[in-house]
Order: sequence, then C-alpha cells, then structure tokens
Amino acid sequence: MSGPPVVAIVRFPGSNDDHDAAWALGSVGADPVLVWHEETELPAGTGAVVLPGGFSYGDYLRTGAIASLAPAMSAVKRFADAGGPVLGICNGFQILCEARLLPGVLRPNRQLEFLCEDVAVRVESADTLFTRRCSEGQELVIPVKHGEGAWYADHGTYVQLAARGQIVLRYTEDVNGSFANVAGVVNAGGNVMGLMPHPEHAVDPLLGSADGGLLLAALVDAAAEHALAAV
Amino acid sequence: MRATVLVRPKAGILDPQGDAVEHSLRKLGFHVSAVRVGRVIDLEVDATGEDDARAQIERMCHDQLANPLIESFEITFEAS
Repeated sequence: MSGPPVVAIVRFPGSNDDHDAAWALGSVGADPVLVWHEETELPAGTGAVVLPGGFSYGDYLRTGAIASLAPAMSAVKRFADAGGPVLGICNGFQILCEARLLPGVLRPNRQLEFLCEDVAVRVESADTLFTRRCSEGQELVIPVKHGEGAWYADHGTYVQLAARGQIVLRYTEDVNGSFANVAGVVNAGGNVMGLMPHPEHAVDPLLGSADGGLLLAALVDAAAEHALAAV
Repeated sequence: MRATVLVRPKAGILDPQGDAVEHSLRKLGFHVSAVRVGRVIDLEVDATGEDDARAQIERMCHDQLANPLIESFEITFEAS
C-alpha cells in the first residue's frame, strides 16, 4: 500500500474540531477522511481513527454519553478490538470513556470554569503508539479548552493503571481537579488513547507550540503500520 | 407504564454543581450543607408488568442513563 495513511475523523452533531484535526493530521502526513457518525463502516484502508473535540449532542445527559452509542462507534469498537489505533481528543476522550473503550470518566472541572489556555503536560510513558516520538519525562505545551475535563477513576483502578503504564500524560500542576493530574490515558491493549489537551491546536510554532505534532505524527506512523499489517 | 428514574452522584464523588448550588443557597441566608445535584428522568415504557419495566429500565440505566463509575440510580413507578 502506498500514499499517505488514511486517518478517519468521526464527526458527531456538535463536533467542532473535526476540520482542525483534519488540517493538523494532513500537515503531519496523513490522508484525513471525515466520517459522519451515522456511517456503520470506516473507510476502506483506514489506518487510524480520531474522535475530535467539540460538544457532541450539546453535552446532554453526560459529556460523550449519547455519541458513544452512535453507529460509527460500533465500527470504531471493532477497529479498536482488531488493534487499530484510536485517539480521542477532549470530547473524543469523553466519548471513549463513555463507550468503555478507556478507563475512567470525565467530570466537570472542580473550579466550575471553562478552561481555555496552554498547559504543560508531562509524558509519563513514551512506550506507547502515541508518545513514542516523545521521551519519558518530556514536558509538552498543548492548549486545553474544556468545562468537563476532570478525569476520575476509583483509587484501585488508578493504582492498577499507573502500575501498567496506562497513565500517559499528566498535567504538571492541578488545572481542573483531575485525579492525580491525569491528562491522558491508554487502554490495556495500548492502541486506544484519550487526552483532554488539543494536539491539533499545537502543530506550528507560529501558534505557540508544535508539541502536539509529536503525538499526531506518532499516530500517523501507527496508522501506516496498521494499514500495512491489514493488507 | 410510567416510571421515574433518579440518578445521583455517588457518595464521595466530587460534585462541583452541588457545591455551587450550596454556595449560592448560603448566600441567600440558608443554613445548608451536603448539597448534591442529580437528574430526574420521567419516562413511559411498554412493559408487561412492573418486573418487566424494571428490568428494561435497569438496562437503560446501564447502557445510557447513568454511568456506574460515578452515579447511582433509583427507579420508582407511578401508583396506578
């Protein structure tokens, strides 16, 4: 298979970072394809999936709860079960937690304020598909913009996740009341990741930081490998 | 069959909404504490009886209406 790897970006009613994600992924070598949430299959040759940020279904019920049941999410689950790389950004992270593809859940920020600022996150594990272009302990500057970004899991679950290296990114300080300052996690299989910061808004130094490009470029690498393996 | 589902944040779960409401009530001069904000969902379900309705609504809660990590739920039926 040749050409840039296909990265499917699933759009839900209320997604609003889908085009930014497509642009950013294109800038790091992907062939981004937007997929409507009512689709029951991912495009042929999909190498990775991105669930973008936004406010799917107006955040009704719980953030991500309604989108997690969309037809396209059944296709995303099958893709993830087959080892396909999946990245959820912000609302995408919330959707993956509600779909039980990732541990924990995102709760309203402790300070009840919508946060919109650059934050520093530390790479806790560089041994994942998504962070292998980073080094352990590296600090990345990536913006957050969310009202419900406080990740929560019970203590036992958290300890288990930390021991298995599934806590991938941590805020360097408490920004929203997130349990143990967790900013990003991966699943047990290591192929599904969610994070609250927006790497697609940090791919050019002109915009303040290009650190997000490290995560997206790693995703594109993983997409190429997965597409190749699937042939 | 008409039913009401009460969804509550579990004990010990941070509830910023409850905290904000409590703060606001105190400003009004009320002596309140431990304010928690949940959700009420009224619905009508096609069911053969209360047991069937309860089983269906429990599935709804599990699949969508509540997140068991952070919320508990309670189902009540309208007296017929």
